[in-house]
Amino acid sequence: MTDRLIPRDRASHPVLTIPEYRSSVRRAPTQPLLSMGSTPAEEHGPRFGHSLIGPLDNNLILNWTRGDAPALGERILIHGRITDQHGRGVPDALIEIWQANGAGRYRHVKDGYHAPLDPNFGGCGRTITDETGGYSFMTIRPGAYPWPNRPNDWRPMHVHFSVFGHAFGQRLVTQMYFEGDPLIDRCPIVATIQDRSQIDRLVAPLDMAAAKSMDYLAYKFDIVLRGKRQTRFENRLEGL
Amino acid sequence: MTQTPPLLRETPAQTSGPYLHIGCLPVTNGLSHVYDTPLPIEAAHAGAKGEWITLQGSVFDGAGDVLLDAMLESWQADAAGLYPGQAGADPALSGFARFASDGETGAFSMRTIKPGATQGPDGARYAPHLALWIVARGITAGLNTRIYFADADNADDPVLSQIADPARAQTLLAQPLGEGVYRFDIHLQGDNETVFLDI
Repeated sequence: MTDRLIPRDRASHPVLTIPEYRSSVRRAPTQPLLSMGSTPAEEHGPRFGHSLIGPLDNNLILNWTRGDAPALGERILIHGRITDQHGRGVPDALIEIWQANGAGRYRHVKDGYHAPLDPNFGGCGRTITDETGGYSFMTIRPGAYPWPNRPNDWRPMHVHFSVFGHAFGQRLVTQMYFEGDPLIDRCPIVATIQDRSQIDRLVAPLDMAAAKSMDYLAYKFDIVLRGKRQTRFENRLEGL
Repeated sequence: MTQTPPLLRETPAQTSGPYLHIGCLPVTNGLSHVYDTPLPIEAAHAGAKGEWITLQGSVFDGAGDVLLDAMLESWQADAAGLYPGQAGADPALSGFARFASDGETGAFSMRTIKPGATQGPDGARYAPHLALWIVARGITAGLNTRIYFADADNADDPVLSQIADPARAQTLLAQPLGEGVYRFDIHLQGDNETVFLDI
């Protein structure tokens, strides 16, 4: 049995294009999206088991060298909880992350930025949420970097997140930013989200309560996935 | 009256950027040794029931250029129209595939089992289709669309029937090229702009 998904609130999400983000101009659909209620294709989805995940998969400081040598940079813990729109934890959710190294360089054939690669850093990690929806990654703080857009555009420090819930219609790709980064307000990719309070949702606050003395800082990043309608409650309403 | 607690707002999407392969397809980006067990990204495995098909295509931007950095994911039912996890579903069909535009040519290709028609809890019949989700640099939030089949019975499909313009409905139909191969191109803009769904 499945339940209908709550319709997406498009105002929670980025607009399809703004001129300041040049890549979006030729890649944004111009016709309105065809809007309708979810169907079985969106209400089911792939499930991934915890056996997929190895012990270093969520440790980007160590997973590239298989534990032999730590990545260069400022050690941080990123942690949080995935919930649905009802505030219920989403267990068994696959999270994949990727990021630039501490110098702002990606380990990717198409990244030509002249900052150095770190021989000890790959830049990907993954985990599956626990029974409460909780997750954590150990990594290094990614560097900001320049990118070809407007003259002298720089991306703020960020970590890319890809998240699966339990239904294909919950699929989400987003980016996490860091509290206090002055580049956030200058970034046209951030500006595709036009609701300030929604931008703030992507800015992870420093979390000293989870930091470890003489070891690492911590940032907290909670994620809310699209929820399912509470059909039983709706049925009761219909009977009133 | 019972008070309905307010819904939390969904976390906003952001573009995947051009380097999504690092996180989502590390095996094809020279990062294959990071994980002992790669993510299963093949929709169907040996022994799956039904007709094997190959879907080929490219993603085009508004200038008619192919995207070299798109990633696609599909989700589908088995040949009998059952989704993985439903009682009686084919255990050799995972239903989930992840594939990418070739970094040089922009072409993508994936092999799977042709899905069967599915049925909703309300009894609605959905013509055979795959749900498709597309991300790339410049796509600000993942785009949803569907792959139907031009040689299937698509009558009364609840999604296709909502597309008023028959020419636009054609953008969701994979065209048979023979021997189980289908062509499905995605146009983000232009005269043949694909119908994208808010579903």
